[in-house]
Amino acid sequence: MKWRRALFTASPWITTIGFFLLWEIGCRAFNVATFVLPTPSDAFKALVDNWSGIWPNARHTMFTTLIGFGIAVVFGVVLGVAVGASALLYRSLNPLLVGFNSIPKVAVVPILVLWFGIGTAPAIITAFLVAFFPISVNVAAGIATTEPELEDVLRSLGASKLDILYRVGLPRSLPYFFASLKVAITLAFVGSVISETVAANEGIGYLMLTASSTFRVPLVFASLFVIAAMGILMYAVAAAFERRHTKWATRGLDQYGTG
Amino acid sequence: MKDGSTDFIRVECASLYYGGGDDGVLALKDTNLTIARGEFAAVVGPSGCGKSTLLKLVSGLNRASTGKVVVDEADVRKPLKIVGMAFQNPALLPWRTTLENLLLPLQVAEPHRQQFRRERGRYVEQARALLAKVGLAGAEDRFPWQLSGGMLQRASLCRALIHDPQILLLDEPFGALDAFTREELWDILQQLWQDQHFTVLLVTHDLAEAVYLADTVHVFSNRPGRVVHRRAIDLPRPRNSDMRFSTVFVDHVHELRAQIRREREVI
Repeated sequence: MKWRRALFTASPWITTIGFFLLWEIGCRAFNVATFVLPTPSDAFKALVDNWSGIWPNARHTMFTTLIGFGIAVVFGVVLGVAVGASALLYRSLNPLLVGFNSIPKVAVVPILVLWFGIGTAPAIITAFLVAFFPISVNVAAGIATTEPELEDVLRSLGASKLDILYRVGLPRSLPYFFASLKVAITLAFVGSVISETVAANEGIGYLMLTASSTFRVPLVFASLFVIAAMGILMYAVAAAFERRHTKWATRGLDQYGTG
Repeated sequence: MKDGSTDFIRVECASLYYGGGDDGVLALKDTNLTIARGEFAAVVGPSGCGKSTLLKLVSGLNRASTGKVVVDEADVRKPLKIVGMAFQNPALLPWRTTLENLLLPLQVAEPHRQQFRRERGRYVEQARALLAKVGLAGAEDRFPWQLSGGMLQRASLCRALIHDPQILLLDEPFGALDAFTREELWDILQQLWQDQHFTVLLVTHDLAEAVYLADTVHVFSNRPGRVVHRRAIDLPRPRNSDMRFSTVFVDHVHELRAQIRREREVI
């Protein structure tokens, strides 16, 4: 049993390291050219060698992503609460929202550039546009699924719609909200990096674009590593928040060590 | 009937359509029903006959399409604040402890919500006392998912009663419990009712439950529901499990069953 437990704890490290090992061995065994697929060690070397160039760009991307994500959280929650609390709003806004979410955001970037010029603004807005949807959908679902019995109990006590929202709807939607944060933060990175690769002079996306146009493929992969690392970091932060605030919803998982 | 005074709850020729137009469903048709103050009334009938709809009318959550509902000499036009409700689904808030769940009605209902902060200590005492009465002492600080089905239902009953309502509306509250737990809860409910003198309207499909608990049992017809039979249960109080096997008790149940069977045949 002790063994199983240790394996469980170490499993994410084992699979990740295993993945990189396979990659490394595969590249060497089949003699893959560096400008097609560099080995992870090449990429890590590029990461270390170019750190002084990567770091400011990574910081910039992190900054854009977090601002876009922040706006997405505020907007997503407000929209989600409104849509979840009112069947009329839900019905009337649904086609627009679904339609909007189906548009590939990379197609929107040129329009944003037209409006705001090349730079940080399109990246922030793209991150926001990609990230708000899962947040509002989840918050709305949490509120809309309030048990009808509970609503009857509260209404018969003279509770207003606002009372029910405050006492039941909002606390109920918290686990949904935190779960959606984990999705939204990774999507926000997708949004900002997409925008940076299309129209920016700063950021990891921009760095990747310039690196690939000069065939510095290891640097491209190093940038990908940086994006992935930032994504994992922010995901972990969101997950930690989730665990802290919604113990009641994840009680069954404690014994399996969700850390 | 406890004091034989005038009718406390009067449903007069009430009908209720769900939805509108031709595809609307007629859930209740010309239902008449009276309940005296302090009476324990039960409604039994085939499933889907509109029994739950009747509760919604009496509570004021829904308004009758035609006819009217009168409670305490006043027409019911909006949700009544003197009722407590409990359902088959206990519907406790999973992020609140049992005690906090009990406090919920006091945080919402007038006049308690005004003084909730000031009087919190007193309310907590009140909630603890009520929990102790139904055998939940010690479970105050546990969360709903740490309680058994029977305990959840007890807590749900307490939540319905914490603000001292004059009417308790129960919609198959014991329907999902095992037989032993159910009988335990019958006695708890009977005890609470005898101590606190509220008026009960219990909807159930368990005939033994209706006879065991109620002063009067009303039999509903198939949908659209209306009362087709009214039966006074004159067994002495407090009733206990031995009585369930007495001839009188069994006769009552048989009679009711025959009535319902007749209803089911007429479709």
